[in-house]
Amino acid sequence: MDFFLSRYRNLTVLLIVIAAQLLLIAYQVKSNKDVPMIRVWAVTAVTPAEQMLEIVRHYTWGFVEDYFVLLGVRSENDKLKHENGELKIQNNYLKSELSTADRAQALSVFQAHSPSTTVAARVIGNGTGANSKVVFVDRGSASGVENGMAVVTPDGIVGKVVDAYLTSSLVMLITDPTFAAGVVSQKNHVHGTLKGQGHSECLVDYVQNEEPVDVGEWFYTSGDDRIFPKGFPVGQVRAARNGKTFKEIYVAPSGMQGGVEEVLIVVQGVHQEIPEGQIASPGYKLLSPPVDTAADAQPASAAPPTLATDADRLRQMYKQAGEEQKHTFGEGIPGSKPPDFTKIPGIRAAVPAGNPTAPTSTAPAQPAAAPNASPKPPGPTQANAAPATTAKPKPAPSAASPIGDTGESGPPKSAAPAAPAQSSPAPTPPNQ
Amino acid sequence: MTEYTEHLMINTPRRDAADKFRYVWLIIVPLLAIISQVYIPRFFSFLAYLELPLLVTIHFALSRGAPIPALLYGMCIGLAQDSLSHQPIGMFGIVKTLVGYFAATVSLRFEVENPVVTFILSFFFYFFHQFLYWVLTRALLGESVGFDAQQTLMFGLLNAAVALPLFRVLDKLKVAQ
Repeated sequence: MDFFLSRYRNLTVLLIVIAAQLLLIAYQVKSNKDVPMIRVWAVTAVTPAEQMLEIVRHYTWGFVEDYFVLLGVRSENDKLKHENGELKIQNNYLKSELSTADRAQALSVFQAHSPSTTVAARVIGNGTGANSKVVFVDRGSASGVENGMAVVTPDGIVGKVVDAYLTSSLVMLITDPTFAAGVVSQKNHVHGTLKGQGHSECLVDYVQNEEPVDVGEWFYTSGDDRIFPKGFPVGQVRAARNGKTFKEIYVAPSGMQGGVEEVLIVVQGVHQEIPEGQIASPGYKLLSPPVDTAADAQPASAAPPTLATDADRLRQMYKQAGEEQKHTFGEGIPGSKPPDFTKIPGIRAAVPAGNPTAPTSTAPAQPAAAPNASPKPPGPTQANAAPATTAKPKPAPSAASPIGDTGESGPPKSAAPAAPAQSSPAPTPPNQ
Repeated sequence: MTEYTEHLMINTPRRDAADKFRYVWLIIVPLLAIISQVYIPRFFSFLAYLELPLLVTIHFALSRGAPIPALLYGMCIGLAQDSLSHQPIGMFGIVKTLVGYFAATVSLRFEVENPVVTFILSFFFYFFHQFLYWVLTRALLGESVGFDAQQTLMFGLLNAAVALPLFRVLDKLKVAQ
């Protein structure tokens, strides 16, 4: 035994060390508990140095930056002139909104208006690990921070506290592959689970393929995970497509646009309502939708339109016959009594009384049989058949007639719901 | 065996027992490496590929040429890295333990003072480190993370390129006894 240990001493020590660490991992995974002692030692050794570095950088970087700016000031000047023109245009629009654009001020404003109790924190370092997306913030349990607390910015959620130390905390970002949170879409209230992907976009999983989710739609926290209070913005849908079992929805996190510097840790969360029909970011202001002048400019003239084709004339005949018999085309359930098409003047003149099936004129007789076979109004079909002629003629005096609406200006059933949707604020910000 | 390869196989000054680190550097250097790893990428994200704790482990192992101190040193650095991540403690520990052991074992056979050998070993151990970490993540934690071999190879080359001047600097910290 002694010979063996002395002969293979290196290998023996290696195996013991590896086995010890494997047991350590197994214990943590099995019991879902951490080894706080080792972590506290390491964090206590590293985070004070990070805080010192951050303070030094904060107070010295400005001088260094000025120096480098002076070195390249000429080329920078040309570049800035060009950018200045663009910024002036943006400035007019954003002037009022930019009063709160400063991050610290935005945080304080958000903090004051949010019903949740929050603690402001600054990111002081990144975590280690090839795929992990974790950062250290300079607030810990001394400030009331605990494990599992939500971390947000005014623009959206950022992550959650996974380890709270005395003066610092480890925050798992929402882009971490192991991150998950309950979310709900703004428009259709589709529930899903937000998952990090290790890069800038997140996946909303467990959404059935049949659920409607649009590109540009906003997702909010649903509060189902008991970590994030309901109603915090998460991000905007960048892509949504059907998958094998669930929809593949990719969301651009709104809380991490432009990096994470200052954050708010939600010490005591309060659920909020998800804003209906409003944009998620409070920093934008939408104009009212433009008025559809083409639709408003149509005069309610009683004069019959110019009938350019046979189809138009035939349609006009049916319409008049329906009005005489107090029948409105497009109404009534299938199987209900259709209007008496034999009373249409053109048909009645052409068909002999004794032999209604032997028309003398083929032109009116062919359409006379069609309504019996299909009593539905021929509006869309006619509009497709003669688009050039149906665009110009104005609708009949009875504007409520479904035939007139259908034939003159395309499918009204899809256009009608679109009007109120446009009048309300759009669910997407103006940069879309 | 050629004259050149024979030259690569002889003993080297880097693992000369007379050259030792001051003990304080044994603590400060990995601490600085870990702080750099967690702090610098905040401002220079393109430097996130640098695995300075690994390079420090490799340098120590190649310098000492003693497997047991090397694997213990790698274990300590790895556990410190684990402590700053949200993974269970021991993942980096196991990987860096093996790197330290193998690097020290390899240093007994090769002329590790040679820049070409240093470059190749740094590249190889970086790839080994990343691959083993990926295997452990999948096998022990059951996480379905991806492994980009092409990117890892490229980062391995970059780390190996950084290792050459870094090892020169770290050699200056050694004191002759």
